[in-house]
Amino acid sequence: SSVEQKIYVVLNETVPCVRLLNATHQIGCQSSISGDTGVLHVLETESDLDWILSSGPHPPYMVIMETAFFNRSVMMRMKNSSRVAGVAVIISKTGLADNFSPHTTCPNQNTGVYSESYGSDLANCNGTVWNPLGNGLSYEDFSFPVFALKDENQTQVLRKCYEDHNQRVNGSAPQYPLCAMQLFSHMHAVTDTVTCMRRTDLQNRFSINPEVLCDPLSDFNVWTSTRPLNNSAKGHAADESVVIAATRLDGRSFFWEQAPAAEGTVSGIVTLLATIQALYPVTQEAPPPRNIFFSFFQGEAFDYIGSSKMVYDMEKNDFVIDMNNVHSMLEIGQVGLRSGRSLWMHSDPVSRQNKSVDTEVSEMMSRMQSAAAGLKLTVDHPSVSQPLPPSSFQRFLRARRIPGLVLADHNTSFTNRYYESMYDDAENLNVTYPPGLTPDEQLVYETDAAKSLAEVATLVARSLYLQAGGEEKNLNNITADPKIVSHMTSTNTHTHTLTLTLSLSLSLSPSLSLSLSHTHRHMTSSHTPPLSLSLSLSLSLTHTHVTRFVQYILANLTGTVTNLTESQCQNPSELSTENKDLFSYFWVSGPASVNGTREPFCVRASVRLSKAVSPAFELLEYGSRNYSTWTESRWKSIRARIFLVASRELEVMQPALVELTETKQKNICIS
Amino acid sequence: MTVAVFFGCTFIAFGPAVALFVFTIARDPLRVIFLIAGAFFWLVSLLLSSLVWFITVQISNKNSATQQTGLLIFGVVLSVLLQEAFRYGYYRLLKKANEGLLALSQEDTMPISIRQLAYVSGLGFGFMSGAFSVVNILSDSLGPGTVGIHGDSQHYFISSAFMTLAIILLHMFWGVVFFESCERQRWWGLGAVVISHLVVSCVSFVNPHYQGSLIPTYIILSVMAAWAYLCAGGSLRNLKLCLTCKDKDFLLANHRPR
Repeated sequence: SSVEQKIYVVLNETVPCVRLLNATHQIGCQSSISGDTGVLHVLETESDLDWILSSGPHPPYMVIMETAFFNRSVMMRMKNSSRVAGVAVIISKTGLADNFSPHTTCPNQNTGVYSESYGSDLANCNGTVWNPLGNGLSYEDFSFPVFALKDENQTQVLRKCYEDHNQRVNGSAPQYPLCAMQLFSHMHAVTDTVTCMRRTDLQNRFSINPEVLCDPLSDFNVWTSTRPLNNSAKGHAADESVVIAATRLDGRSFFWEQAPAAEGTVSGIVTLLATIQALYPVTQEAPPPRNIFFSFFQGEAFDYIGSSKMVYDMEKNDFVIDMNNVHSMLEIGQVGLRSGRSLWMHSDPVSRQNKSVDTEVSEMMSRMQSAAAGLKLTVDHPSVSQPLPPSSFQRFLRARRIPGLVLADHNTSFTNRYYESMYDDAENLNVTYPPGLTPDEQLVYETDAAKSLAEVATLVARSLYLQAGGEEKNLNNITADPKIVSHMTSTNTHTHTLTLTLSLSLSLSPSLSLSLSHTHRHMTSSHTPPLSLSLSLSLSLTHTHVTRFVQYILANLTGTVTNLTESQCQNPSELSTENKDLFSYFWVSGPASVNGTREPFCVRASVRLSKAVSPAFELLEYGSRNYSTWTESRWKSIRARIFLVASRELEVMQPALVELTETKQKNICIS
Repeated sequence: MTVAVFFGCTFIAFGPAVALFVFTIARDPLRVIFLIAGAFFWLVSLLLSSLVWFITVQISNKNSATQQTGLLIFGVVLSVLLQEAFRYGYYRLLKKANEGLLALSQEDTMPISIRQLAYVSGLGFGFMSGAFSVVNILSDSLGPGTVGIHGDSQHYFISSAFMTLAIILLHMFWGVVFFESCERQRWWGLGAVVISHLVVSCVSFVNPHYQGSLIPTYIILSVMAAWAYLCAGGSLRNLKLCLTCKDKDFLLANHRPR
């Protein structure tokens, strides 16, 4: 209504922090159901902090926090104070500290392979602290809403309101009316996953209109192989010895759906995709004895959801291969910040106490070193007593002691100073372009970061080929093209988010062109259809999910074009020449021709998705200690608005006026 | 702004009118019926004027600000004229109804005099008019914010409440004067009511300079109050008796049939 427009200014771009729960705790932020209101105050100096926490006369305050103050000590002081109604953090590069990681110092310490029974002196980061710069903010529970201010124009609106009404004049308190902000981000789930799932089950069973309170984090893993595997034959695959090449697909940060994760995740994804691009043609011409199985795991940030599910399926004989088929494993960790130094091959010291495993691991390392000899990079191995960094390989080791390596650019702790934070973006990866390039030119320009990743990809591809038993003479044909890598890591310099844009106009397979632009994001619970009633699953229609993105790029890189029609593409089992068990069929739009039209066609590839939801939810063990139990709360509305508030005196005066008029009434002549 | 402001403004706007209703009308069912009927008549007039307004806005040029302002002024004038027309219509209806009531009733005297009807119908118009003026604003006053972030005056709510109070009381006084003028065939009285209604409505165009709109409105309110008092049979002589509730001959105690 028009009166409402006079009172409130609604903020359109809201980036909240939401509540997540696991078997024992809740983390994240919560607001009250009718929003939290507070008088705005910009936190720029220490005296501002003092004002907010003790001396300001108009509590509770809604804190607009400059970037420099978003650290553990300030946030914990806010948490313990009753005078803070909420926090809005300005996300910018000005004032950003040298490092900021809201993740814990020891990621996934309870669900890795190291425990009391396996390498107990290495468990809980006793050996090496992987993320020493981590302040653990993402894992704290805040009882007030915390929003992020990413839009510069919106931040400017807030600052102007503050300057006009709330600024202190010569140290004295500002006068009413004051500018205030109200944040809504009420979360429905409380306590932990066990409680939340119990209440959800009760709702589903007894309520006519069941109200789901939380959803398990779930999505899909993407996998493919150099030799197609029969998808309908589950369990042990006969005569298959498989080398697994894996990386992770997800990232996270303090805020919801904000996870650029450039160094943490994208470097791995891009490297593995480039590896596949380099390796695939050679494996078709001169196939090595062993199959190479490429896998992208989702949800690894939350206690290894994707990899634990795949291992669980393998053990239950519910997957195309099982643990007996696995020969060895190579995982690509964080490989983007090499800066010309060597790569490190991490291995597990406990499993290497077994002679055969140790021999195989040493052979893997020597193969890798021989592959690196022909390239411009060096690989090294850290000290033998050092444990594995947090990686999906740890979940495979929990099931069976297979030989394997994790490739990373760090020797001991991470070189990533912004691990799992909003600042782990292209700038963190040192993706820079010379000035004066148009966006199209930037797409094809080979940055140094792209070249570095391409070298790593070539190394990995050659090592995998050798590991799979291929012959050395074919190694020189295996090279990752930096152009493809730079396609995949072009940036949007305005927002500094790493956008994986792939427009293969100069592409490998001649007539295929996909253009998907995407901002990397973490895993969301996306198992319900897009138009579900629960508003918490905001499947943005403008951004394609990274799972789909990787799936289609893989189809592009490894697939063949067929001349099936659309209906045949969707039902290929009707044709005798096509095999739905070995391949998936994708109907894609073709390259843009001269007059802008696109000719769609059918692609056949052996790329598959496999469900990535924690086995704890299949087994209904919501308090499980072995598997991930992470769920995300649901909510109804997340929004923010600013307005002026009047003094309490003015509010109280009005009823007093009423008293006056009422008593006069009684004297009027009535009988 | 908060619950305090909401209740404060509600009581400011409707307090006197509700008090009048409770002490003078609520006990007599016939008066209640005529009050509600009066409110309904006002509602119908509003419906008609809003229909015309809606149609003209649709066919007008939405981008031209001057056209929209002109349309607004036209809408206000039309609404005032329609309200007064419906007041006259209600008067005619009541005259007819009174004859019928007299025929039906067993007593010799009329159950309700035309002066009482004037008061009751005026108050009915006032209630409905006040409701439509202020209820929208009251519901927004419940939220945590107050008007002002775009630079508007902070006294929006309380000014609206006072304006509504004035309008309700004015409708009551206009009703009394109007009916009296129709009874006595004093057409200049009718004209005065219409013109003062127009003035009060149009003076609201100077908002947000609330002193510019509230002060003239209250001046007109006091003038109309005095006029209505005189129409109802009061004078300086029995003013003292009236205020101390000693006059047994006064309007509501002892109605004179017409």
